[in-house]
This record gives sequence, C-alpha cells and structure tokens, in this order.
Amino acid sequence: MSTDTHTEDHVYVVGAGHAGGELAFALRQQGYTGPLTVIGEEAHLPYQRPPLSKAYLKGECEAPSLYLRQQAAYEKANIGLLLSRRVERIDRAGKKLVFDDGREVKYSKLALATGGRARRMTINDAARAERTKNFHYLRSIDDVMAIRSRFEAGQRLVIVGGGYIGLEVAASAIARDLNVTVLEALPRVLARVTAPQMSAFYEQVHRNAGVDLRTNVEVTGLEFNAAGDAVTAVHCTGGVVIQADLVVVGIGLLPNTEVAQAAGLDVDNGIVVNEHAVTSDPHIVAAGDCTNHPSLFCGRRIRLESVPNAVEQARVAAAYLAGKPRVYDSVPWFWSDQYDLKLQMTGLSQGYDQFVLRGSMENKSFAAFYLKEGRLIACDAVNRAQEFMIAKRMVAACKPFDPAALADETVPLKTLAPPVQAATAPA
Amino acid sequence: MSIRLNVVDRNGGEHEVETAPEGSLMETLRELDYGVAAICGGMCSCATCHVYIAPEWLDKLPARQSDEGDLLAELQFRQDNSRLSCQVQLKPEYNGLRLTLAPEE
Repeated sequence: MSTDTHTEDHVYVVGAGHAGGELAFALRQQGYTGPLTVIGEEAHLPYQRPPLSKAYLKGECEAPSLYLRQQAAYEKANIGLLLSRRVERIDRAGKKLVFDDGREVKYSKLALATGGRARRMTINDAARAERTKNFHYLRSIDDVMAIRSRFEAGQRLVIVGGGYIGLEVAASAIARDLNVTVLEALPRVLARVTAPQMSAFYEQVHRNAGVDLRTNVEVTGLEFNAAGDAVTAVHCTGGVVIQADLVVVGIGLLPNTEVAQAAGLDVDNGIVVNEHAVTSDPHIVAAGDCTNHPSLFCGRRIRLESVPNAVEQARVAAAYLAGKPRVYDSVPWFWSDQYDLKLQMTGLSQGYDQFVLRGSMENKSFAAFYLKEGRLIACDAVNRAQEFMIAKRMVAACKPFDPAALADETVPLKTLAPPVQAATAPA
Repeated sequence: MSIRLNVVDRNGGEHEVETAPEGSLMETLRELDYGVAAICGGMCSCATCHVYIAPEWLDKLPARQSDEGDLLAELQFRQDNSRLSCQVQLKPEYNGLRLTLAPEE
C-alpha cells in the first residue's frame, strides 16, 4: 500500500461522466491552477451518454466522437486522468481517497460526480441473465458495444421498460430493421414523466413504426438456451412468452451514492447539496445525476437525470471550489429524439392540473403545456424548436398564462412570452 | 491535412486554431478551453454552440436549416451573422474562417 504524499492543494473529481468532465474544465476556466485529477471507473474519457441509445447504437458514430473533449484538451489544461479506477472509500477525517486496490491519495477539495447506474431487474432469473451474452442494460459505451454486436436486421429484440431509453432504443432498432417488442409494466409508456396524452401519442408513433408495444405487462421470468449462455425468451404476466434474440432493459437509474453515504455525507435519493452544489462537508461538492439539490424553480428538492443539469450544476460546483460561489437556479430541460420526432421539454410536469395542446399530434408538430393552479410549469414541444425556446422563457417566468391563448395557434406564442432581454453583443 | 480558423473568444482574445476539415465546427470549438458548451452534443436542440461568422465568410457557408433558424430566432444574443456551430460541417475551403464566440445565454 502506498500513500501519495501530496501536501498541497489537489482537487479530485470522482466520476468521469458528463458532470465530472465539465467540472474539471470549468474549474480551470474559473482560474484554479493547482493539481486537478478526474477519476473514472470506465476506461473512456468523459463522454456524452445521450447518443448511446441513438446514433451510437445505430453504428453511425464511434466512441471518440462521443468524448466531450479529446485527450489533448486534458493535457493542454493539465487535467490528470485516472481511468479504470474505482474509489472504494472517502476518509474525510484524513482527507484521503482510498481506491479499490488499496492505494490512497490526499485531497484538498473533492468533487463527487458519481452519476448513476442502470436499475437492475429483480426477478430471480435476472442474475443468471446478466451473465449471458444477449441480455443488457444500457448506460455505458461498453453496454452498447455488446448490444451492437447483435443489433442486426431480423433479430428479435425485446425491450423491457417504456421510458425514454427503451423508446429511443426501439426507434433505433426499427431504423435497423429489427423486430421490436417493448414491455412496459405500467398502463402507459413514459408514465412517470409525462401526460397520458403524450404517452398515447408516443405509443401510436411506435406502433405505426412497427413496434409491438405492450403495456401493463410485467416480466415474470426468462428462458435460457441449453448452454445457459443466452436468453431465448421472456415470460410475462398472463403466461405470455416472447421469443428473443436480444434483451435490453431500461427500467430507470439509481444514483451512485454509496461511497458518499459511507463517508457520512447526507444522502437522500441523491447526495444532498445546497444551492452552491456543496455537500454536508464544506470541502466536498457534488454535481449531476447523483445529487439531490434545491430547485428554486420547483420550490423543492429534486434529483434530475439530465445532461443540462449535469453541465450547469458542474459549473456551479466549480465556481464554489474556485472561491466564486454562485447559485444554481436553472430550469430543468431535456430532449429525446425518436424517428422524425424532435422532442424538447422544459420544466417538470409533475403535479399539473391542466393540459393544453397547441398544434396537432396528428401532424407531429405541437407543444403541450402543463399548468398548475393556472401557472405554467412545463412544456413538451415536438418538432417545434422555436416554440420550445419561447416556452423556456415562459416556464422560467413562473407565471400564469391563459390556457385559451396557449392553445390558439392564431396567437403567436411569442406575443405571450416575456420579451427576450435587449442584448448588446460583440460584433 | 488541416485548416486554420480564426476564433475570437468572449473576452475579445484572438486565437488561431488548427483543425482537421471534418466533423462539425462545434466539435473543434468544444475542445478549446474557452470554447462552446454544446450541451446537446450536436442534435440542434440546445443552442449552446452559438457563434458569429465574420461577414465575409457568411455567404460561403451553406444556409441554415429550419431547426437551426428556429432556435437562433429566440436567442438573446442573436445577430444576423449568428450560426449554431454544430450545424456547420467543416471543409477544406474553410481555411481562414473567422468567427466570434457568442456570449452564453
């Protein structure tokens, strides 16, 4: 066992995902010039995960194009990388990180960007299935590399879970002429994140594209080949059996909070941070999918699984570490690309009491507004990029809007929105 | 083979950036420590890779597609020479292209 003998500043970023990568560069931009190292469990440089279920799955791009920045950028910014390394423990009293191989390093400040991992199936056959070659979760480049090797025309793909990951994989698979079945345990797809009208729209789109989409269906078991190295069928409630050449499971994400919790940091569905992205230890910040943070916009604590949140919160965390604290006050937003549908979402629709549709679902061009007690809290825009940009301002305004006007396409949305602030920009 | 871009950062600093004439302009700008956020990674969904193209180069680039124009239309710092750099594919003939990074919204 060797102990690193750093006695000066050394900022370590634990987690080399979108938040971790962004945090390191943001810290340099904020003026921190001391030693800085990013630690990641995967072998890859920090990369974008959204294309994993889309372009990368379809084989339209390769791993290096997913990297947030190439190796040279880290060298130029003097950011160290410890990849394929796992932090086992944080010794807060000694301000040390202990790796799984027993090695230790001393930190002056620490940033946790540990992200999340795919939620695993809990049925009895799941553990066995995870050891086969054709049963996969989808979170990492390595997961998708394995899926891609079987992602061929005619293959029977069973997707467990009708959330964004599952539906994006379905759309990618249809584009590659696989035979696709989606199984959703709840009565509708996207049930946790959107309105029944939106769920119905996406269900129709997928069925029209040729997906065998089944709701209210739970997986009860899996069937294996004689050698036991492949899943051959998925058993569902009601005795239904679906033959499978490939199974992809997308049933949610669990935040990686165990190391933080073991170190005694406050954890409650995420590592608890304040508005400056600081944990219950003032020497430790956290950012991204792993955090439970106060949302000024929502008026409550939330945990988000989103790239914009990862990037923007990482910048706030970096600002704090650089001694220039600022408040994280972003309005959540998300996107999802399926088939010819560009879905952009702003705000959080949970708790809405009124749904207002502007435009036509039939024409695949609309904006869905969510109101709560008259106040606009969220908007889902499909193939309406400009209205999405306007809706972002409207949702951020935390104001009531007239539902009739929102629905009326003869009223330009822009006339309802707060004006864009006058700007003077460099020429 | 590579081309050179003249990039003006948000503080007015001028940089000569050497890059391969392939992929999008955003992918080159993302590598710079003063570069663009490019949150959506080139899906034309976020408008965080906004740049101003020098007037003499504007006509040499292909016209905006509808999504790009739609996103740009609502930006606070939009100008007539605004482009989303993820929608500009680099080519050998862009050697010398001059652009300014737009302020972050």
